[in-house]
Amino acid sequence: MKTHQQIDRTARDLDPEVHESNFMGAKLKSERRYNTLHRDYDDPDQLRETAGLIKQHTLEHLDTYLEQAEASLQRNGVKVHFAMDDDAVNATVLRIMEENDAHSMVKSKSMVTEEIHMLKYLEKHGKEVIETDLGEFILQLDDDYPSHIVTPIVHKNRRGIAKTFEREKIGEDYNDDPETITRRARQYLRQKYLDADVGLTGGNFVSAESGRIALVTNEGNARFCMAANKIHIAVIGIEKLVPTDRDLGLFLNLIGRSGTGQQLTVYNQFISGPKTASQPHGPEQMHVVFVDNRRTEVLASDCREILRCIRCGACLNVCPIYRQSGGHAYRSVYPGPVGAVLSPLLAGNRFPELADLPKASSLCGACNEVCPVNIPIPDLLLRLRDKAKREGAKEAMKGTPNLGLWATLCSQPTMWKTALSMGHTMNYIPTELIPHPSAKAWQGARKLPEFQGGEFRKWFKNRN
Amino acid sequence: MSSDRDKIYSAIRAALAPLPERTEKPEWDDAMIVCKPSGKFDSLKAQFADKLISASGRFYDSVDTLTAYLKEEGSTFGYCDPALAHLLEGVESITFDTEFDEARINDYTFGLTKASAGIAESGTIVLKDSVTSARLGALAPWIHIAVIEETDIVASIGEAIQGFGDDPSIIFATGPSKTADVEGILIEGVHGPGIQVALVLSHI
Ligand code: SF4
Repeated sequence: MKTHQQIDRTARDLDPEVHESNFMGAKLKSERRYNTLHRDYDDPDQLRETAGLIKQHTLEHLDTYLEQAEASLQRNGVKVHFAMDDDAVNATVLRIMEENDAHSMVKSKSMVTEEIHMLKYLEKHGKEVIETDLGEFILQLDDDYPSHIVTPIVHKNRRGIAKTFEREKIGEDYNDDPETITRRARQYLRQKYLDADVGLTGGNFVSAESGRIALVTNEGNARFCMAANKIHIAVIGIEKLVPTDRDLGLFLNLIGRSGTGQQLTVYNQFISGPKTASQPHGPEQMHVVFVDNRRTEVLASDCREILRCIRCGACLNVCPIYRQSGGHAYRSVYPGPVGAVLSPLLAGNRFPELADLPKASSLCGACNEVCPVNIPIPDLLLRLRDKAKREGAKEAMKGTPNLGLWATLCSQPTMWKTALSMGHTMNYIPTELIPHPSAKAWQGARKLPEFQGGEFRKWFKNRN
Repeated sequence: MSSDRDKIYSAIRAALAPLPERTEKPEWDDAMIVCKPSGKFDSLKAQFADKLISASGRFYDSVDTLTAYLKEEGSTFGYCDPALAHLLEGVESITFDTEFDEARINDYTFGLTKASAGIAESGTIVLKDSVTSARLGALAPWIHIAVIEETDIVASIGEAIQGFGDDPSIIFATGPSKTADVEGILIEGVHGPGIQVALVLSHI
């Protein structure tokens, strides 16, 4: 079968084992999500819609809320930094480390730092950086990248991980028991936490009113990144704001249920400044780096709703395309439906390279339906398809039949009529003889129902 | 020095200026986010216990049953908040430090610290920096025991948030530390406690 879209090729060539683990993982999480939400609420949609409006409201008043958050954090003794792009974020973090004579960092999961390749940058500048989320840690050892925003190594299996640990001498021998793998990582990382100078985290939500950063993890690694070390740096996209602490309650109730089907994620941390004086452990210095990295461009575009995203992963899990293709097929930090919108937008002038992603959707609408902030993802995908077409992005044209003939047909009543009367020939043309390569590829993978049309006009004319 | 700051603020304002109208903040009721209870409970304590157990936590309401459990687990040396030392003092074969010694981090098998609240609707333990005697004591040992005064149990997450005050570090812990990163298989005890216990007492 000949097909021209990159994502189709990746799905076709995917290792069956990887396909299976992507598919089963996604299905299970979708079911858990549904069950928990409907067990716990009479009308879960009311929460999603309210959360969507709160986020939209915040984004549309982002200057006010960002100023408020900045002031709150400063009042709490936090140093606030701003970084326009990837270089600026990396340089800011490096500068904080150098000013404090810090050499090593433990870091918890943060998608922004994936966007800007912070790990590589800091390592190049001689810093030791360790990812502490189990999945991210394994990715770091393998020099791989996440295929899912919540469960980053869903594309790997225990045997691969055990081989990695054996190679890196984490534990004495090869052992692919998931519990042993986890214990070995626990033991190995524990010492890293104690030795590190800096703990770096992301932030899931920031309350503008108090400056409180809500951090959501299951493993407890973000807690450890703020226990033994003296400096805490939080790198946070400017779209993460919510107006008040009260709003945090709504979002935390949604994020765990939507992502993994948990009522609450195990650890919800609320950090608003350095440790209290009486507390023996924890950072004495706290920095927040607010990152733009093209978010203001997205805010200016007609796809600004995507900035509401709270990175729960529900749209990936439910998406029929993601389930077949896996996350790496999206060739970017954010996979799945959210990624098909966000990744091309965040790519800036590399938009044309990812312009095919908005086409990786059947527009079934499931992503919108599960989204805890009610993002109309299918609408945004259509807007981006339009943008790609207008900008003549080559990547977006691949695998798409030329619709010029179709357009002519549709605008000429006589030709249309003739074409319809010839519709029956469609039933007899073998796939191999279809002249257009992309139409052929399309037909080759699908079966059209028999053409039974062409009768309407006759019926219409003869009716009494 | 603040040039990126200025750039970001002006880019936001430029992006928002053309909007014909802006979305209002929606009104919502506190009750909207409260979880439907899983049964009938005659106290917040009973509901808290039920939810904690369904989040794979353990619930005790007497020191004796707790210490019996610790012994059964072979967990006989740990860290204890000095203000709670009286709970464990004199308990046969259980010893503890009241100052957290980082060099012994792998020797402490339990950590007993005070929680500032419990949340009944979710079985959540609330740890506040100002109330927790040592962050590592609540985090590093395999078993963490959070001691909660019964009157500190609140009904909902929303109520717990209202009680934040100005503490700079508050943690909601709902069950033990866990991961499903490896093939979706649930493993408890990744970096934090593998066993999360709440000890609810009418007075401490
Ligand atoms: S777009 Fe919605 S469903 Fe998808 S990750 Fe973001 S918040 Fe979750």
